[in-house]
Amino acid sequence: MSVTVSVPTILRPTTKGEKSLTAEGSTLAQLISDLDAQYSGLGDRLVKDGSLHRFVNIYVNDEDVRFTGGLDTALADGDQVTILPAVAGGAGPAS
Amino acid sequence: MLKIPGEMVDAIVAHARADHPDEACGIIAGPAGSDTPTRLIPMTNAERSPTFYRFDSLEQLKLYREMDERDEEVIVVYHSHTATEAYPSRTDISYAGEPQAHYVLVSTREPATHEFRSYRIVDGVVTEEDVDILQREEAFR
Repeated sequence: MSVTVSVPTILRPTTKGEKSLTAEGSTLAQLISDLDAQYSGLGDRLVKDGSLHRFVNIYVNDEDVRFTGGLDTALADGDQVTILPAVAGGAGPAS
Repeated sequence: MLKIPGEMVDAIVAHARADHPDEACGIIAGPAGSDTPTRLIPMTNAERSPTFYRFDSLEQLKLYREMDERDEEVIVVYHSHTATEAYPSRTDISYAGEPQAHYVLVSTREPATHEFRSYRIVDGVVTEEDVDILQREEAFR
């Protein structure tokens, strides 16, 4: 079950500069665990407290995994996973 | 320093005014490694909020794929603050995920005047930078 993973600029210091990775897993959680085994520290950038980190968007093929079961999203051989930084911010609540 | 064509400044301010009091957001792409903003893409604020913005995730995926195909990268990420100054908030700093980009903030809190400022945000550190607004003849020189 081999999946290709596209990595954004901000995470490349964690992946020795690699832009495209290959990893194994039948769910997104397993895939991330394999990625973290290959590139130590990458897992913490993607998952926090057992959920997808709010600073990243992860897509399987063309779907945002937040709408397909999050870390439980099933993967198939040949799937393309894309990681992007969540582009977000704002003035925040009035203090 | 951010060098940006005057028309792009006008377009960003117009976008921010149009979406006021909600925050407006978008990107200017440019050739990878050029530090030159060439293509402005207004994005949907999926939060439709006066205090928060987030790119619509599918719109963002489509745009990033398109930039990859065109050998472009994010040169500017812009958004508006509608009741406060044009300075990065704690939320802005925590999300800043494009270390090569200029983070432009526009404040629309005053109806008649606006603030337009630019920052680098790298590893949680904010550095304000000068903005050089290029007039049409300079931009195409």
